[in-house]
Amino acid sequence: MSRRPLTAVLVAIAMPTFAGCAGGGAASGGTATAPSDPDRVSGTVKVLTNRTDLVQDGTMKKYAREFNKIYPKVTVAFEGITDYEGEVKIRMNTENYGDVLLIPSVIAKGDYPKFFAPLGATGEMAKKYRFTDKTDVGGKTYGIANFGTAGGFVYNKALWKKAGIGDWPTTPERFLDDLKAIKEKTGATPYYTNFKDGWPLTTPWTNGIGSVSCDAKAADALATSHRPWAAGSDLHVIDTLLHDIVHEGLSEKDPATTNWERSKVLLAKGEVSSMLLGSWAVNQLRDAATKAGENPDDIGFMPFPTQKDGHFCATLLSDYQQAVNVHSEHKEAARAWIDWFTEKSGFTDKEGSVSALRAKGMPDTLKPYLDNDVRLIERSEAETALVNAIDNASEIGLTKQDYRQKLIDIARGAQRGTLQGYFSELDERWADAAETAGS
Amino acid sequence: MTDTTRKTPPPAPGRAAVSPRYRVRRPAAPARSWQNRPLRRITPWLFLLVPLALLITFTYVPVGNMLYYSFTDWDGVSPRRNFTGADNYVQLFTRPELFRVFAVSLYYLAASAVQITIALYFATVLSFDLRFRNLFKAILFFPYLINGVAIGFVFLYFFQDGGTLDSILSWFGAGGGHAWLGDPASANTSLAGVSVWRFTGLNFVLFLGAIQSVPGELYEAAQLDGAGKWQQFRHIIAPSIRPVLGLSAILAVSGSLSVFEIPYIMTGGATGTSTFVIQTVKFAFQFNKTGLASACAVVLLLIILLITWIQRRLVPDDKVDLV
Repeated sequence: MSRRPLTAVLVAIAMPTFAGCAGGGAASGGTATAPSDPDRVSGTVKVLTNRTDLVQDGTMKKYAREFNKIYPKVTVAFEGITDYEGEVKIRMNTENYGDVLLIPSVIAKGDYPKFFAPLGATGEMAKKYRFTDKTDVGGKTYGIANFGTAGGFVYNKALWKKAGIGDWPTTPERFLDDLKAIKEKTGATPYYTNFKDGWPLTTPWTNGIGSVSCDAKAADALATSHRPWAAGSDLHVIDTLLHDIVHEGLSEKDPATTNWERSKVLLAKGEVSSMLLGSWAVNQLRDAATKAGENPDDIGFMPFPTQKDGHFCATLLSDYQQAVNVHSEHKEAARAWIDWFTEKSGFTDKEGSVSALRAKGMPDTLKPYLDNDVRLIERSEAETALVNAIDNASEIGLTKQDYRQKLIDIARGAQRGTLQGYFSELDERWADAAETAGS
Repeated sequence: MTDTTRKTPPPAPGRAAVSPRYRVRRPAAPARSWQNRPLRRITPWLFLLVPLALLITFTYVPVGNMLYYSFTDWDGVSPRRNFTGADNYVQLFTRPELFRVFAVSLYYLAASAVQITIALYFATVLSFDLRFRNLFKAILFFPYLINGVAIGFVFLYFFQDGGTLDSILSWFGAGGGHAWLGDPASANTSLAGVSVWRFTGLNFVLFLGAIQSVPGELYEAAQLDGAGKWQQFRHIIAPSIRPVLGLSAILAVSGSLSVFEIPYIMTGGATGTSTFVIQTVKFAFQFNKTGLASACAVVLLLIILLITWIQRRLVPDDKVDLV
């Protein structure tokens, strides 16, 4: 037999798959509303979550048991996924991505109606929930935040006191001076970048957009800005601070081998003085302090060192948004779970994070902010879709680690370049991408 | 011999009589002949059905899909994708900075040369009778059996500030607190070193197999003729492993062009350690440019095929005849 038939077979088999892989049209589906009568709703609801720790230690099962007291006929199954973003993105090419899921950040906002069932009109939803902006497409809301978090530095209070610093620094320069004082007087590492793990360089810093200028529309402005890193802009201030910290030798010695789990212990023990994270991290660090035999009350939380009209500002942003799969067969039950989890589970209280419900007050972790009149800014997300499109087209990645890793490399002399040169390169790439992505 | 011939009955007349009859009957009774039955033609394909189905489903269809994606602007998740023709390829070739990462491959290529030398040395030494021969073989091959991700993590601790390497160096008074993964040159050298550690075992086994297939008499004969170990290597071992050496060279080149696991786990491509594959993965999964990433993958495949072809042209692997 010659080779020809084999090739023919291959082609014959391969061709239909080309044709077959396109498609997957929009499913029809009305609004996912919570049932009026809890006893009537039934079915199995599969919940996808990134909190593998809570699935493994049985916390989620406990929530499900509580939920069943009200909705006895609904079975809730959990699936904890370690590489949540990567795995769910691929699964969303099919129809099987659970009934309730957290909206992966890679999904373009304009595509939400194809993947998720609407949860209500944004006008109505916004009265009850925070952060509805983020999932508003065409006047409908597609997700309810699982929790919110405020940006800021987690720091070791005892260590800062030891260095003779009582007040929060009000400018980046003073912050740098304080870090220098800590280095001189205590010998601790003033700042830990978590360069290797990378994510602590992403959102914690990018969330500062809005904190610096005290402007709720700061992130939306990126959609029309052609020079986001121009002097005085939020990104300029944020990234210059990071650059200077590293450039002045105030960060860890070998950034290439950092370790997030270890960094928590280091900060708790006072070997590291500060890390820019967010209010969500406060409880984790308090836990780390308790486990390390230190005083959890030594863990402090302070805003980004800039002031506007004598006030600190901090952006209040949502974490993942919970949504209902548009292909789900149990949309009512799925919505019932989301509502129960948001309103009655007590999850946010336990985590020390901000609830999506407007009616709920701020958690204890934000007490230092409330006591010191830090303005909490709920950042507008109206232009997020366009900003993300520009960001991807430019291959900069405001919420990816690469560009800040390069910034750090430049700051410590591991790669050639200057801060100003790098900023103009980023500006140029952003402007070029804005032209193509905007169309 | 003569005996048997004599005992054989004279065949000539009988056969002559029968054979024309056979010739007539053959088409009439095909059942007798297994040769022409349709089932016989299908049988090998029946046996091949399962492996072929697997091969097609898991190799050719994905490759076909990738080719198809490379002509679209798909973002990897959206149900909608537009056909953009050769746009991705045009973009790829008008952005020379995308190919700059191949410079990093030079580190790995140099490392491959070191690796092949080390493997060849040990394969030769261990092909002679030696005490604890099997133990050494196992030690050399062992790293290849470990999962690449695990190796990445192990060496992350190894290169850490105050980690294993620093402690060992400090025993000799050479602890300088050098950040091994801290600057591009040092990081790439370190990573390439890990790759040598990992893949030497594979080369070693390939070489050892080739060397051991050389018949022992050749060595004996050479020894009788007064050939030393070096001469044995030069004139017996080296020619006999030439095909394997050629294969190793091809594997080394394609391997260094498509390095991924070790740098991805250990540095994530930071500090100038990004390779072409890491860059491709970032296009696909960070910037949602699945179309462009597919084009990158196709281009990498073509580059490797081209280099292999050139290499086969330059160094044709001719049959070796030792005797």
